[in-house]
Amino acid sequence: MKNVLILILKRSGASLITVFIISVIIFIGVELLPGDVAQTVLGQSATPETVEAFRKELKLDLPPHIRYGAWLNDFIHGDFGNSLANGRPVSELIGWRFANTLFLALSTAAIAIPLAILLGMLAAFYRNTLFDKLISTTTLSFISFPEFFVAYILISLLSVKFNIFPSLAIIDEDMGLGSKLYAILLPSLTLTCVVTAHMMRQTRAAIINVLASAYIEMAEIKGIKRLRIIVHHAFPNSLSPVINVIAINLAYLVVGVVIVEVVFVYPGLGQLLVDSVAKRDLPVVQASGLIFSIAYIFLNLSADILSMLSNPKLRQSQI
Amino acid sequence: MNNLLEIKNLYIEGFYEERWHPIVRDISLDLKRGEVLGLIGESGAGKSTIGLAAMGYARQGCRIVSGSINLEGIQLFDATEEDLRLVRGSKIAYVAQSAAASFNPSHRVIKQYVEAPVHHGVMSYKEAEKEAIEIYRRLFLPTPEKIGYRYPHELSGGQLQRAMVAMAMSCKPDIIVFDEPTTALDVTTQIEVLAAVKEITEKMNKAALYITHDLAVVAQVAHRIMVLRNGRLVEEGETRTLIKKPKEKYTRELLNVRALRETKAITDKMDVILEVEDVAATYTGHENVLEDIDLVVRKGRTVALVGESGSGKSTLARVITGLLPAIHGSITFLGKELPGSLKKRKKEDLRKMQMIYQMPDTALNPKQTVRKVIGRPLQFYFGIKGKKAEERIKDLLRKIELDPDIYIDRLTTELSGGEKQRICIARALAAEPDLVICDEVTSALDQLVAEGILDLLQDLQNKTDMAYLFITHDLATVKAIADKIVIMLEGKIIEQGEKKKVLAPPYHEYTDKLLASVPEMDPDWLDNLLNERASTFI
Repeated sequence: MKNVLILILKRSGASLITVFIISVIIFIGVELLPGDVAQTVLGQSATPETVEAFRKELKLDLPPHIRYGAWLNDFIHGDFGNSLANGRPVSELIGWRFANTLFLALSTAAIAIPLAILLGMLAAFYRNTLFDKLISTTTLSFISFPEFFVAYILISLLSVKFNIFPSLAIIDEDMGLGSKLYAILLPSLTLTCVVTAHMMRQTRAAIINVLASAYIEMAEIKGIKRLRIIVHHAFPNSLSPVINVIAINLAYLVVGVVIVEVVFVYPGLGQLLVDSVAKRDLPVVQASGLIFSIAYIFLNLSADILSMLSNPKLRQSQI
Repeated sequence: MNNLLEIKNLYIEGFYEERWHPIVRDISLDLKRGEVLGLIGESGAGKSTIGLAAMGYARQGCRIVSGSINLEGIQLFDATEEDLRLVRGSKIAYVAQSAAASFNPSHRVIKQYVEAPVHHGVMSYKEAEKEAIEIYRRLFLPTPEKIGYRYPHELSGGQLQRAMVAMAMSCKPDIIVFDEPTTALDVTTQIEVLAAVKEITEKMNKAALYITHDLAVVAQVAHRIMVLRNGRLVEEGETRTLIKKPKEKYTRELLNVRALRETKAITDKMDVILEVEDVAATYTGHENVLEDIDLVVRKGRTVALVGESGSGKSTLARVITGLLPAIHGSITFLGKELPGSLKKRKKEDLRKMQMIYQMPDTALNPKQTVRKVIGRPLQFYFGIKGKKAEERIKDLLRKIELDPDIYIDRLTTELSGGEKQRICIARALAAEPDLVICDEVTSALDQLVAEGILDLLQDLQNKTDMAYLFITHDLATVKAIADKIVIMLEGKIIEQGEKKKVLAPPYHEYTDKLLASVPEMDPDWLDNLLNERASTFI
């Protein structure tokens, strides 16, 4: 186990370096945005003197590397600065919305991951039958439609026609868990439709790949039932690619759901990010960008570690 | 006594080249309790296919076309999948060739043992666990109480193979199919597995099909032998009769123990091609895999480097070729000391030392034609191109006894294993080397094909005076081809000298063990050896 710990530490170190590099890229990217923040915030009627004074107040007159250093230092200490648009602390703006984003991502994952793995196993079990093709076609169709299309179809079906779920996923801090879950069910379902296909197909492919191994033949010759062979013999050995694709989809659920948030008017981080870019609210853009990257890197790191732990050979290796 | 297994007029087809081909034709066999039937033949003879068919199992791309497979009164030929599943593992079990690949890497060994009896409803998990430990003990596995709780990668090849024999026993089946259970093992480990097979078939009164390509091995365990070739029966008979008086020419060829060629004398005056002095090497940086290696190869002579897997013989080849620089010591080649690393060596030195590998499949680019494979060293080392190269290639093909007109434009994938190895030899030959390192060049080949390759190498040496450094674990090959023998164990040379000295008493202790472990064609050989060992233990 000691060796695994060292390996995990090494990976984590590498991830930290990646986060650092990304923070530089985000900062440069924001710097390169055309237009002047002070000008945009104050509007066309502002006099050059007020714009200049505002620039000074925002420390925009300082050279970029100094501003970067100050920004990173503050970020590490949990101070994300104040919003340019309304002067409120960025952490206050982001905090609640990021929690919402995570809440939506996790609820979706709780539906989508078991569903995808189950469908993947079933597809592998009934491989090349009508059932297999049906699952593949259905999930592929869902992935091929744009998200907003799936979202509107679900709204028109489940909330307009049958009126089961609310069409707007508006939640606030005072709501209980149950009513929150009820409110986000439609966006959750939409996202499930989008991410399931990818994970399900990877599960199916990984299992079928393993089914060609000698130890699967051995299990068949031992007279083990087909379903048990898939679940007990093939699946544990196909975990590594499955874990990786799950991590990618989880990351997508955290950072890539802007459209769904907009459609359902869900107060998530993605929507805030888009709004802030439009308003040139740089501190918010930078902070949310970095938070997204950290989430992405953290999920990939966990995937690496988990797939390592799922393999007994690596778990005990003497590296 | 009734037959446990009766197969009649079995036909099996395999799907390749886009149509169905017959791979087993009209095979009938029967098996009684307490009896071991040996199936022997070269690859492609259909022996594994028959072994699996005895369980009503056909591999992907194969189908049992017709015939009757009667297992203890149950007809398997047209049984449903569910009926077959109930029989497999419980009434008839299978021991595969590669235990390392046939154990699921994700589960502990004993869990895989327990699975079949629990799911066939033979006994509870606890009982099966207890029995597993008992059988591990009977098969002489070390620390039988604990070994099952390890993962497959934590066991050695021989231990895994025995654990698989144990696993086949788990439901107490009446018949066990052994499919080349010792082929992947060293000679000394092979004995342990053979002893386990004997233990089961004789003391536990089971019947068995024993599949192998090695007649000497099957002679130790089988009562009757069936010789197969291209899916057909060549000859069948009692083991002793078949070995003493084979009727068919093919059986006689298989039986023919390699004729010992005359050993060429080695004198100190002969040109030294390669001299390795005091070499040590390491992969990790703190543990040496090679130590104190000294050896000399002389012109026109063959030095055989012998040892079990893990003894460091292939590592030594890597050091000599410069793939793994030594940490100290010197390698002198044709009178000059070579730099340790491949990159620092001159092209001319590289040309004069060529290598032939164990797996001709992976040593040849599957997308290239024979012309390209052999033409490459000609262009690289000598700058020969075009018509001149074509002549040289044809000349080389004739030297390796392949018809240039047929073979020159073939893709390497369109060749048989033996032909591929010949192409590898031609590629080495094209560089006109002074030393050829042959790393287990015959291990992956069938017996008769391997013999052809050895003959060819011998012939080429007589004509060109090349020196060979011949790496192998197979003592029969060593006896056939070596002038000088170097025996390695755990990264050190423990004995070396001229063949007749090393292979004559008094033996070095380890050499003796190695020699004693090579099965002989005598059916009593294993029993005698085991008795001898038992008496020395007491």
